[in-house]
Amino acid sequence: MKQQKPAHLRNVIAHIVLIILSFMCLFFFYILIINATRSHADLQKGFSALPGNAFITNLKNIANDGTFPMFRGIVNSLIVSVSSAAICTYFSSLTAYGLYAYDFKVKKVAFTFIMAILVMPTQVTAMGFLRLITKMGMYDSLLPLIIPSIASPAVFYFMYSYLQSSLPISLVEAARIDGSGEFRTFNQIVIPIMKPAIAVQAIFSFVGTWNNYFVPALVIQSKDKMTVPILIATLRGADFMNFDMGKIYMMITVAIVPIIIVYLLLSKYIIAGVTLGGVKE
Amino acid sequence: MKRKWIAMLLTAAVAAGTLTGCGSSGADSGTSGEEGKVINIYTWNNEFRERVELIYPEVEKTSEDGTVTTLKDGTEIHWIVNPNQDGVYQQKLDEALLKQADAPADEKVDIFLSETDYVNKYTDADADVAMPLTDLGIDPDADLADQYEFTKTTASDVNGVQRGSTWQCCPGLLVYRRDIAKDVFGTDDPEAVAEKTKDWDTLKVTAEELKAKGYYTFASYADTFRLYGNNIAQSWVAPGETSIKVDPMIMSWIADSKEWLDAGYLNETVKGQWNDDWNKAMGSQSKVFAFLFPAWGIDFTLKPNWDGESGAWAVTTPPQEYNWGGSYIHACTGTDNPEHVKDIILAMTADKDNLLKISKEKADFTNTKSGMQEAASDNSFASEFLGGQNPFTYFAPVAENIKIAPLSAYDQGCVELIQNSFSDYYQDKVDYDKAKANFETAIRERYPDVTEVVWPQ
Amino acid sequence: MKKKSKSISYAKWGYIFILPFFVSFFIFSLIPLIDTIRYSFFEYYRSGIKEIGPNFIGMANYAELLKSDMLKYGGNTLILWLIGFIPQILVALLLAVWFTDIRMKIHAKQFFKVVIYLPNLIMASAFAMLFFTMFSTNGPVNEILMSMGLTEKAIDFMGTVGGTRSLIGLMNFLMWFGNTTIMLMAAIMGISVDIFEASDLDGCTGLQRFFYITLPQIRPILAYTLITSVIGGLQMFDVPQILTNGQGNPDRTSMTLIMFLNNHLKSRNYGMAGALSVYLFIVSGILCFFVYKMTIDDDPDGSKAAAKKKAKEERRRR
Repeated sequence: MKQQKPAHLRNVIAHIVLIILSFMCLFFFYILIINATRSHADLQKGFSALPGNAFITNLKNIANDGTFPMFRGIVNSLIVSVSSAAICTYFSSLTAYGLYAYDFKVKKVAFTFIMAILVMPTQVTAMGFLRLITKMGMYDSLLPLIIPSIASPAVFYFMYSYLQSSLPISLVEAARIDGSGEFRTFNQIVIPIMKPAIAVQAIFSFVGTWNNYFVPALVIQSKDKMTVPILIATLRGADFMNFDMGKIYMMITVAIVPIIIVYLLLSKYIIAGVTLGGVKE
Repeated sequence: MKRKWIAMLLTAAVAAGTLTGCGSSGADSGTSGEEGKVINIYTWNNEFRERVELIYPEVEKTSEDGTVTTLKDGTEIHWIVNPNQDGVYQQKLDEALLKQADAPADEKVDIFLSETDYVNKYTDADADVAMPLTDLGIDPDADLADQYEFTKTTASDVNGVQRGSTWQCCPGLLVYRRDIAKDVFGTDDPEAVAEKTKDWDTLKVTAEELKAKGYYTFASYADTFRLYGNNIAQSWVAPGETSIKVDPMIMSWIADSKEWLDAGYLNETVKGQWNDDWNKAMGSQSKVFAFLFPAWGIDFTLKPNWDGESGAWAVTTPPQEYNWGGSYIHACTGTDNPEHVKDIILAMTADKDNLLKISKEKADFTNTKSGMQEAASDNSFASEFLGGQNPFTYFAPVAENIKIAPLSAYDQGCVELIQNSFSDYYQDKVDYDKAKANFETAIRERYPDVTEVVWPQ
Repeated sequence: MKKKSKSISYAKWGYIFILPFFVSFFIFSLIPLIDTIRYSFFEYYRSGIKEIGPNFIGMANYAELLKSDMLKYGGNTLILWLIGFIPQILVALLLAVWFTDIRMKIHAKQFFKVVIYLPNLIMASAFAMLFFTMFSTNGPVNEILMSMGLTEKAIDFMGTVGGTRSLIGLMNFLMWFGNTTIMLMAAIMGISVDIFEASDLDGCTGLQRFFYITLPQIRPILAYTLITSVIGGLQMFDVPQILTNGQGNPDRTSMTLIMFLNNHLKSRNYGMAGALSVYLFIVSGILCFFVYKMTIDDDPDGSKAAAKKKAKEERRRR
């Protein structure tokens, strides 16, 4: 009895805290979606908790605006984010595995080096990056937004920690005895074991790339290659910001819906990954 | 201060019928054999495109998303639109200009637009990115004789060579709410109200009257800026110098704004322009009596934000003549379509019939002295939004009196940053000297070549 | 003999596996970094559309920056980061413990997990824009507060230093606490169940268990969270930039280092931006060195221990 009461109280507090936090998280989405359904004139009258009836109008205004090709932007963002998430998780796992499972001369140096560059803010190299991209003829293309994610020190670090806790070297050795080639071992044995970590990092990386503004804003010049954040930012400077807030809200809504869908689809994976993380050496 | 100068007309459907049969068509002939197939036009909104569609006789059609306009001879106009705010437009334009020499013919910039705030940067004689009009075969003295003189000066370099031309000029007025005028003064007659707003001293007395009834005279301290800022006697940076000289006129704006805000004549919750609070100040729930706007401001900013009946607003003379904005059309050095460019510039800025049509359909105050005098007395130019008042009657005399302030390539940054830096001072967040120091810091970040800031005694 | 040749071939695989990472890094980060550093010694900017420089001026850019308000912006960045990070890590720890505690019966656990992660998905720029409209003096939040009678006059949230900073902190908190919770949960669930069972048998209280088992066990992930958050904090840009319209108002108290950098990049002052980048690079290096030392002090380099362990095993096997 003594034990039960505080536990019960703790439960109640936990629920209250969770409900407050959830409310804070959802409140903004709620306002966003409500405002996306209201016309500018409605919005001028002040805030209302009920949706308006301009949803279709706002959506049409977006779809027909060639100056802000939002749907094209979503496609671009999807291409960049999916490719980045894929190559970033794959190559980070590869690098982590390479440093974890093999013994070679520069191993220590390499590891320390990656840990050192982990802290380097992207913005620091932005200027030189832009000049380099221009010289390589990749200015105004999506490639420079994708390829550099091969080297993602933070993802590497996560993968490395995960390998340490989840991949017994004996497993690799067993595979070798079975005559499995190194690449095959990696792709067919290591990757499945790392699946949970890959799922978690894939979504983080997807979201990170999807929301990245700084680099694309430097690299992308033409309208048909713009990603969603650039469009949102240019939108903020657009003249109709002054007289069509409904359209603005709708555009933000359209910009975040795909990512929410992807998230809801993958969220099970993440939670599964979390539970799988319990497997220890 | 983010300054967007004419808002684009999203909802305006340009009737296909209006595209045909009007005005003098320029040379669409022989030389076009050497002309490129694509005319690239850099601009920041749909305003220019809509006007070209409205009056340029060579226009065949525009694609549904508004990015390509096809001319009758098969040439395509590609519209490269980037927003003005945060310097995005200029950044993209500058990139393109730097690559102009090496760009393939179809990617060369042919025409670009600039605003009064930074026109000087592009008409610079040394930079030579905007072609002198005479090189195109346009004689400013003959072909552009009917334009307002100050617009020609504005688009000229230090040697007096004109490197751009505009279809509009932007004399400003005072736009007020009729219901508030009736409530406070007992009348909404523009002549009577003009008496109450004729100069700053009178306006201050009027502001007290308005305040007594719970109204604000203007929304924000930024609203009055153009009246001072566009009447400065010396340019922010003198040609060839690297020091910023703050004009005494700016100092009086700072002093007056502080006084007005402290006195409660301005709405202290509206901080600057072009934000949601400012937009709401134009709505029916607002207690703001008046705004200071040129023609474009009334049509593209005030109108969409007004949620009441039309006819609720009226215009009258401002306490001081001023000019606000203006988009200049430049032929870009290196264009492969000089004939088309010349033709478009002439059709857009030198043809009185075309300009009057723009005034009628798009409510711009256009760049034709004789045309605007006609419009001033022609009641078919009356505005429904202004309750049947003909705004041109009020605009025309202001335009005659505009003396354009001396420009420099640093204007945009100075105008933006002085407003930002002193915004904190108005709200008592920093003291006067700190605000000055903040302006100096910010301006040096923006323009690395600025060596000092000189404040008037 | 056979064994030896085999181990050499394995080493080769190690090089092959880490090659893509390093090639990509050298091309896309190191070359640009060197370029950036090089220009930091030059006077190189654009005036209007004319390019000035590059003229070699030695350390002048660095000296100029030291005289500017750079340190103040560094302080701003630190404060803004702390305002967001402290609640973020505390709440995340609390939630992670609750979610993984089998004795707690949390209903709709899945729902809460999904919801708290949601704000992380919305892009920072859009989120900041949303906050800007919502917390403006005539915005919905003030309207709600006034209609509920909580305040008589509209609160000028963004007019005060504390207000603006709190809003930025709140946004960072909302965007990241869900993410951190999930990371920490992963770590806590990675702790062997045996340890918890043993502690239960020993009569450990919840608090004891938290401080003596959970915290030490999840230290690597805590370090990871801290490091990524420090980097993120140092790079803080979108949120304050958009909320304050790039001005860092009031009185530049919300101006972060990257906003400062952005101002120089915007005016095409490559030399000054380069010098500032170098400072940032050094600062981030120092910061992370400390974090590193602080969190993994008994094993300053995880790889060393791992390598040693493995080398020992190898040797034993041979």
